[in-house]
Amino acid sequence: MRTFIGIDLGSTTTKAVLMDENQAVLGRGITNSRSNYDVAAAVCKQEAKIGARFTLFKNALGSGGGAEILLEDLERNFRLEQFLSELNQLEQTCENYLDHPRFKDMKSALREALGAVFRQIETEAPAIYAPEADRKSDFFRDIAGSRFMDIAERIGRESGISFESLLNIYDKSIIDVESLVHSDEVVSRQLMNGLSRALKELEGVEVSEADAQAALKKVIDLELEETYVVGTGYGRVRLPFPKEHIRSEILCHGLGAHMMFPGTRTVLDIGGQDTKGIQVDENGIVVNFQMNDRCAAGCGRYLGYIADEMKIGLHELGPIAMKATKTTRINSTCTVFAGAELRDRLALGENRADILAGLHRAIMLRAMSILSRSGGVTDQFTFTGGVAKNESAVNELRKLIRENYGELTINISDESIYTGALGGAAFAYRAV
Amino acid sequence: MSQQDVIKSRSMLLQKEMIARNYDKITSGEVKVSSTFVPGNLNELLMCFDIANNLPEINAIQNAMRKKSGEMIMEAERSGHSEDVCTYVKADIGMMAKGNIAPNGKPFPDPDVLLLSYTGCFTFLKWFELLREQYKCPTVMLQVPYSADGQPTKNHRDYIVKQLKEEVIPTLEKISGIKFDIDRLREYLRKSAKAEDDLVWMLEQSKRKPSPIDCYFGGVYYMGPIFTAFRGTDEAITYYQMLREEIQERIDKGLGVQTPEGEMGEEKYRLVVEGPPNWTSFREFWKMFHEAGAVVVASSYTKVGGVYDYDNFRHDPDHPLESLADYCLGVYTNRNLPTRVDMLARNIKEYEADGLLINSIKSCNSFSAGQLVLMREVEKLTGKPGAFVETDLVDPRYFSAANVKNRLESYFQMIDQKRRAGGSATTLA
Repeated sequence: MRTFIGIDLGSTTTKAVLMDENQAVLGRGITNSRSNYDVAAAVCKQEAKIGARFTLFKNALGSGGGAEILLEDLERNFRLEQFLSELNQLEQTCENYLDHPRFKDMKSALREALGAVFRQIETEAPAIYAPEADRKSDFFRDIAGSRFMDIAERIGRESGISFESLLNIYDKSIIDVESLVHSDEVVSRQLMNGLSRALKELEGVEVSEADAQAALKKVIDLELEETYVVGTGYGRVRLPFPKEHIRSEILCHGLGAHMMFPGTRTVLDIGGQDTKGIQVDENGIVVNFQMNDRCAAGCGRYLGYIADEMKIGLHELGPIAMKATKTTRINSTCTVFAGAELRDRLALGENRADILAGLHRAIMLRAMSILSRSGGVTDQFTFTGGVAKNESAVNELRKLIRENYGELTINISDESIYTGALGGAAFAYRAV
Repeated sequence: MSQQDVIKSRSMLLQKEMIARNYDKITSGEVKVSSTFVPGNLNELLMCFDIANNLPEINAIQNAMRKKSGEMIMEAERSGHSEDVCTYVKADIGMMAKGNIAPNGKPFPDPDVLLLSYTGCFTFLKWFELLREQYKCPTVMLQVPYSADGQPTKNHRDYIVKQLKEEVIPTLEKISGIKFDIDRLREYLRKSAKAEDDLVWMLEQSKRKPSPIDCYFGGVYYMGPIFTAFRGTDEAITYYQMLREEIQERIDKGLGVQTPEGEMGEEKYRLVVEGPPNWTSFREFWKMFHEAGAVVVASSYTKVGGVYDYDNFRHDPDHPLESLADYCLGVYTNRNLPTRVDMLARNIKEYEADGLLINSIKSCNSFSAGQLVLMREVEKLTGKPGAFVETDLVDPRYFSAANVKNRLESYFQMIDQKRRAGGSATTLA
C-alpha cells in the first residue's frame, strides 16, 4: 500500500508519522535523536512502520472476542522480543571488544562475567515487559543500561573483575547497538515470535491461533511503500532525500495542528531549541510566525536545565510544580539567571514546588510575548511540542491565555509531540 | 570559496580604489579632516572647505567585513560600554583604543572638526559627545527636526538653513581658513544630481524580472559612493555611469543577479527588506538568500543616507542650502513610521515583491523601534506576508546562522505555500 511519512528530527527526540492514502495516521514512532540524525530518522521510521502494522492487525482482528487483550499482549511480547534481540546484539558486540589487546590477560574471566550479566538480564526481561510493569523509559539504552550497571557491579565485586572494565566494554558496545536499525525481516520475525508468546499465555481470547497468525502474516506481507517522505526539524538537512522533501518546522507545526484540530488559528510550539508562535488560516497555511530571539530562554531546554539544577528528571518537574500552594515570582527567563534565582529562592527557604510553579509561569510569559509578536492569540489555539505534556506548563498557559485573550478554545492533543511529523506526513501526501 | 575568489565587477573594483584613495587622503596629514555621519551628511559643503570626510559608521563596517569588529567591541566593553550600546559606536571606540588604525594600515589623524548632522538617530548625539571628549576639537551640530508629520515643513527647512548660515558655515570657515563660496557649492550639487539620476535609474531596474541586481546585498555596494565622501565629485559620476553600463549589459543579456559566488540562478522570490544588513557574516547571510533563489528588489537600507526615489529628491544647485536641508530632513531614519510603511508598501507593489522581510538589529533602536507594527501595516496594505529575522550590525556574537537560516527557509516555504494555495480553499480531508 502507498504510505506517506513525515519525520521530525528534533534536537532531543526524533518523531515519525506514517499515514495512508486516506490521510489516516497508521503509525507513530519516536526515538532519542542522539548525535546521529541518520540513525534516529531510520529508527523512528521503522517504529512508525511497526505502529502501522499494529494498526492494520487491529483492523484485521476487528473488535470483540478478546481482540483488545490479544493486541495488548502482542505489543508487550513484541517489545520483549525486540529487547531480547537487541540484548543479544549487545552481548555479541561486547564479546567482540574482548579481542582488544588491553583485555588479553583477562579475556576469559571477562567473558564469563559478561555472560553472567547478560544471562541475568535475559532472565529478568519477561518481568520488565510483564503486564502492569512500570517502565521508566521505552528506549533500549535506558532499560538495558540501568540493568547492566546494577548487575555488573555485583558480579564484578563477586568475581574480582573491575567494574570499570565491564562498564568500558558496555559503553563502547551500546553505541554500536544503538546505531543498528532492524531490517523489515527482523521486525517481521519479532512480530511473529511476539504473537506466539502472546498466544501461549492468553486466556479469554476467541481468535484461534491459526487465524491470528494468518492475519498477522498477511499484515506483515503487506508492503508499506514509502511513496513520499518529508523531513522537518533542525536535523532535516541530514535526511537522505532531496531539498523538495524538506519543510520547515513552522510550516509542519502549522499544518499538523490544523490536521489535529481543523479550527486552529494560532499555534504555540515549544520545542527543545526554540519557541514558535504561528498563525494559520482556515487551510492550515501559515500566515505569520515569530520565534524566540537570540537565546533559548523559555524553550524546552530551559526545563531540562532546571531539572538538572534540581537533580530531578525532566518528567518530574510538572508534577512537583502542580503541588504548589502559591507561585513564586521568577523574573528571569534567561536560562542561566533563572538557575541563579532558583538557588537564591531555595536558599531563602522557599518551597520547591512553588518555585517550580514560578519557573513554569516565567516560561509561559515568554511564550505569551512571542505569541503576541506573531499577531496575538485567536480562537482556536493549539499548543504543540513536548512541553504540552507538562501539566503545570499547560496550567500556566491556560491562565495567561484567559487573562490576556479571554475564553478561547485551547486544544492540546495527547499526541502533541507528533504534530511536526504529522504536518510533514500531510505535506508528503500533498506532494504526490 | 576564498576571499580572493569573490566575483567582482569593474564598478566594484573602482569603488574599492575610491575608498582606498579617500583613506589615503584622510591619513596623509595634508588635509583637514571632519568626522561626520552617513545619514544626511553634508559632503558637498565639506568639499567647499577642502575638508576630507571621515565616517565612523563606514569604518565600523570596514572593520566588521575584515572580521576585526569583534575584538574592538570587546575592547569598548572592557572600558565600560554596555552590551546594549550601538555596536557601531563600540567598534569605533574600540578602534580608537587599539591605536585608531585606518583600513590602509596608517593611523587616523585626530579630526579637526566633528560635524554632526543629527538625522533620526539619537545615538549619534552620544557618540559625538564621546568623540568630543576624546579629541577635544571643535564640534558643530546641525539639528535636523524629526519629520514627525511625515513631510518636512518650510519651517523645518528654514531652521536648518539658518543653522547652516549662522553656525555650520562660519565654523567650517574658521577651521579651514577658506571663505565659503556658494557657487562652488552649486557646482558640487550639480554633480551630485547627475550621479543621483543614475543611482535612481539603477534602483528602479529591479522592477525587471528577473532583476539584474540585488538591492540589499548588492545595494550596499551601489549606494557606497553617493552616501559617503564622493557625492558631488566627478568620481561618483564616473562610478554611477559605469554601474549603469554594467547593469544595462546584464539587462541586455537577460541576466539575473550576480552574487559573490557567481550568477544566482533562477529568481524564485522577490523581497523587500527593511533594516541594515549584518556585516560580520555578510557573505554567509547573502548566501542564504541567493541559494534559495531570493533576490531583494528594494530595501530601506539603501535609503538610509538619503531617499531619492520616493519623492524624487535631487540636490538642487539653484537652491543650494535649501536642498541640503531637504536632503537631511528626508533620510529614511528621519521619517515617521507611516511614511516608512507607505514607502515599503509602495516598493512591494511597484517592484512586484512577494513580501517584506525585516532584519531587526539588536543594537539599533533607530531602525528597530516599531518594526513589528510596521510589518503588520505593510502586510495589511499589500496582502503579502512579512517575516522577521534578528541579527546585529557589527557584533559577530549576534548572528546565529542556524536560527536565521531556519527563519528564512520557513519564510520562503511560507511564500511557496501561499502561492500554491493561491488564496483559494485547498482543504485537507
